[in-house]
Amino acid sequence: MSLAEADRELVVAELGRDPTPTEEALFENLWSEHCAYRSSRPLLSAFDSAGDQVVVGPGDDAAVVALPDAAGEGYSEEWYVTLGIESHNHPSYVDPFDGAATGVGGIVRDTLSMGAYPIALADSLYFGPFEREHSRYLMDGVVEGIGHYGNCIGVPTVTGSVAFHEDYVGNPLVNVACVGLLNDDRLVTAVAQEPGNALVLLGNGTGRDGLGGASFASEDLAEDAETEDRPAVQVGDPYAEKRLVECNEALLDEDLVRSARDLGAAGLGGASSELVAKGGLGAAIELERVHQREPDMHPLEILLAESQERMVYEVRPEDVDRVAELADRFHLGCSVIGEVTDGNYTCTFTDEAGETETVVDVSAEYLADGAPMNDLDHVDPEPQERDLPDVDLAAAFEAVVGAPSTASKAWVYRQYDHEVGTRTAVGPGGDAALVAIREADTGLAFSSGAEPNWTTANPYEGARAVALENATNVAATGARPLAAVDCLNGGNPEKPDVYGGFRAIVDGLADMCGDLSVPVVGGNVSLYNDSASGPIPPTPTLAMVGAKAGYEAPSSAFTGEGTLLVVGDGALAGEDAGLGGSELLAQVGGTDRFPTLPEAPAELVDALADVAADGATLAVHDASHGGLAVTLAEMVTDDAGATVTLDADASAAELLFHEQAGRAVVETSDPDAVREAFDDVAPVAEVGETDGSGALSLTVAGETLDYDAATIRDLRSVVERELE
Amino acid sequence: MITVLQFGGSNCDRDAVRALDHLGIDAERVWFEDGLPADTDGIVLPGGFSYGDYLRAGAMAARAPVMAEVRERAAAGTPVLGICNGAQIGSESGLTPGAFTTNASARFQCEHVHLRVENADTPWTAAYEEGDVVEFPIAHGEGRFEATDEELARLDEEERVLFRYCDAEGDVTDMANPNGSAGNVAGVLGERDTVAVLMPHPERATLPDLHAGTDGQGVLRGFSH
Repeated sequence: MSLAEADRELVVAELGRDPTPTEEALFENLWSEHCAYRSSRPLLSAFDSAGDQVVVGPGDDAAVVALPDAAGEGYSEEWYVTLGIESHNHPSYVDPFDGAATGVGGIVRDTLSMGAYPIALADSLYFGPFEREHSRYLMDGVVEGIGHYGNCIGVPTVTGSVAFHEDYVGNPLVNVACVGLLNDDRLVTAVAQEPGNALVLLGNGTGRDGLGGASFASEDLAEDAETEDRPAVQVGDPYAEKRLVECNEALLDEDLVRSARDLGAAGLGGASSELVAKGGLGAAIELERVHQREPDMHPLEILLAESQERMVYEVRPEDVDRVAELADRFHLGCSVIGEVTDGNYTCTFTDEAGETETVVDVSAEYLADGAPMNDLDHVDPEPQERDLPDVDLAAAFEAVVGAPSTASKAWVYRQYDHEVGTRTAVGPGGDAALVAIREADTGLAFSSGAEPNWTTANPYEGARAVALENATNVAATGARPLAAVDCLNGGNPEKPDVYGGFRAIVDGLADMCGDLSVPVVGGNVSLYNDSASGPIPPTPTLAMVGAKAGYEAPSSAFTGEGTLLVVGDGALAGEDAGLGGSELLAQVGGTDRFPTLPEAPAELVDALADVAADGATLAVHDASHGGLAVTLAEMVTDDAGATVTLDADASAAELLFHEQAGRAVVETSDPDAVREAFDDVAPVAEVGETDGSGALSLTVAGETLDYDAATIRDLRSVVERELE
Repeated sequence: MITVLQFGGSNCDRDAVRALDHLGIDAERVWFEDGLPADTDGIVLPGGFSYGDYLRAGAMAARAPVMAEVRERAAAGTPVLGICNGAQIGSESGLTPGAFTTNASARFQCEHVHLRVENADTPWTAAYEEGDVVEFPIAHGEGRFEATDEELARLDEEERVLFRYCDAEGDVTDMANPNGSAGNVAGVLGERDTVAVLMPHPERATLPDLHAGTDGQGVLRGFSH
C-alpha cells in the first residue's frame, strides 16, 4: 500500500512540499478507484439522473426521490424515499459473514444521513457454481451475515437476486440496496453549511479495524487474500447500528442536524473531508478528541480506521450539548472533534505530553476532487455467433427449471426477516416486492438484480435487458417505475477487454433507463473484481423502485380460472429468437445471438402496469431467467395448473427457453382488454387456459411435456435440498 | 394506555403500536430506561434483538430495572404480552415458564405457520374457539420452546398452553413444528392468565392492507378485555 508515484508528484506540486505520512495515506485512500471512481467517472455521464421526481441526485450518501402525489398529478412535496446501493465484494470473499453484514450496515447509514428511516433492503448476490463447496461456504456465510445484521436492526430484506456463474469463483459479489422514507422537513444532505458549526462524531468507538479498506477494494483479490487481507475487513455490531438508527431519528425530531455523512471507506478522513468539500468549506479537527476503543492509536489510524456504526454530524454550537444527551440516551459514544471552517481541511493531534502536531493541512476540495481520471484502453466485446447443440426438450426443461440460478431462493429469504416493519404487502419470491407507504397511500415496488449470463453473452444488450427486466418486474405489480440506482461491478479495468465489457454495460444500462425515462439517481462502482481465476462477468446490478396507488398486486401464481396470454414475446409473434445468455445454454453449452429487445420498451412497461392493475387480471408473472419454461413452472400450485401450447416459427427450444426481457405471462378473464392495452405496443399471444389441475401440460412445436406441482416443486427446491 | 417497551435493539415496537392503533387500542412506545408511565393499563414486550441478543436472547433485558416494575405490575393483574424477543425476555425474567433457545435448524426462520388454539378461555384467545387453526408469521432464530416433561405435563394440566404449531388441518405433528419446540408449544401463559408470551407475531397478522390475514387481531384484543 502506498500512494502511486504519479499521484504523489501531483500532491507535492499542489502542496508545495512533501505530504506528511498521514496526508499520503489519506490521498492514497481517497484517490483510490473505490473512492474516486477514476476509471468509471468518465463513463458515468451516460446516465440521465434528472427528472421532476428527483430531489437529490447522484453524489450524496443516497439519492432522494419524491413519491407520486396522492392525486396522481405530479410528485409529492411532502413524502420522499431515499435510494442507495453499495457493494461489499472483496470483504465478503475474505470473511463472508462480516463482509456481507457490514455491507448492510453501510447502506443503512447512507440512508440515515439523508434524514430517512430505512424501510426495505434488497440483496443481489453472485457466486461461483453452486456445485462447488467453496461457493456454498461463501453463500452460507453471506446470507447469514446479511440476515443477522438486517434482522437485528429491524429493516426487512424484501427482495433481491442470487445467481451462480463460473466466473465468480474467485470473487463473489454482494450488492445491497436500501430504501428509506422521510418527509421534506427531515431532509439532510452531506453538504456542510456554516463555518463555526461543530463536527460531532457519534457512534461506536474507533479502533484499529478496517485499515486501508478503500485501497483493498481497489486492487485484484490476491490468492492469499483470505489470510493476508483479513485486517482490512470490518466487524459489524448491529446492536450499535440499531441504536444509531433510533438516535438519528431523535436528532431529526429535534432538528439538531445541519449536515451528515456516514463513515465508510477511508473512515473519518473520508467522511469529514467530503462533507466540508461539498460545502466549499474546510475543517479543523483535533484527532485526540475522537472516542477510541483501543489505547495508543496513531493519528493516521484514528483518521482512516473503518470501524463501523459511526456518523459525523454538523451541529450548531448551541445544540452540541443536546446531541450529546441524546447519544448518551442511546448508549452511544459522542465526541466533538472540531469545527467547520472556511480554510483548509486540517487535522491536529495532541499527545499525552501536550505536544500538538499538524498531521493534515490540505484543501478539502483538492482531496475530494483532485484525483486525475484514468483514460484506459478498451476493446469492444464481440457478439456471439450461433452454435447450438441438439436439445432433448424434457431433459432441458428439467435441467433449466432445476438449475440453482433459476430455482427457488426460499432457503435464502427465509433467513431474512422480510416482514418486520409491517409494510411488506408483497414479499420475496415473486417479481418485485411491494412495500406499503401508508403515509402517502403509495405502494412502492422494489426490484433488484442482474443476469451474468446475459452480460457475458452480450454486455451491451445484456445490460439493456437487465434494466428492462427490473422495470417489467415493477410493472408486474401494477406500479410504474420511479427511479433506479446501479451497482456497476467489473474486473480489472487495466485489461482492455475487461474495460471494454464494462463500458458496454454502462452504456447498455444507461440507454435502456433513458428509453424507459427512469432516472438513474445514484450508484456505486466496484472494479478490480478480478482474481487468479480471472475477471468476473461485467455485472450491472440495478435496483429500481416504482409506485402505485394502494398496496394490492396480482398474484404471480395461477388462479386456475382464466385465459393465458404471453405479452411482449417477439419469438411467439414470428420474429427471430436468440438463445444467447440463456440458462439453457449455461446448462447444455453452445452460444447464440442475444434476443432482440422490444422496440417500444417504455410503452410496454406502461401497458403492463395498466394490465396488472386491472380488475380482470388474475395473475401476472415476468418472464426472464430460464424463459417461459421457468415462468410457467413457477405459476403452478397444488390447486391450479394450465394447458399451454407454444407455436411459432422458432424452434421448440427457442420458444421455451429464450430469455428476451420485457415479457410477462398474464392470466386474465378478459383477454380482449389485454390485447387492446398492448395494441401497437407489443405482441400478445394467447397460449392456453388455466385450470384446477395443479399440473402443467405444455405442448411446444408438437411435443408435449407434463409436470405436476409436486414434481416442479422438487425440481425448484434444489438449493434448499442441497444445503439442508 | 398500553405501554410498548422499547429496549435498545427492540425492532417490533413501532409495529405493535401500529397494530394496536388499528384495533382502536391506545398504545405508545416507552424507552425502557424511562420506566413504566403511571397510566399503563397493559404492557407489550415487543420483538427484536434487545441488547443485540448478546449473552442469550432476552437475558440482558430481563435484568434491566424496568423488568422489576413489569413483574410487579404483572403480579397485580396488569396484562402483559411478550412477542418473539418479548417472549424470550418474559421467560428469562420468570414471568412465564420454560425457555426459548436456538431453533432445531440452527438458522433464522421467517415464514408463516399454522397454530392450533389450545385454550380459548383466556383474554388472549377469547376471540377464537378451542381447536381453531390460525395463521401467524414467525421470524426468529431462537424460538425453540424447552421445558422438562414434568413441566410440560403441568402446563397441560393447568391449561397454560395457548397455541401449538400444527398443520393446515390442525394436526400437531413434527413436520408442522418449525423450530423443534417441545410439545409444539408456540405460546404459554404465566401464573395468571393476564400474562402471556408467544414466539409468532400477532401484530404482523393484524393489518388487513398487507393481505397476510388478520388472525393475529384476537391476541392483541386481549388488551381490550
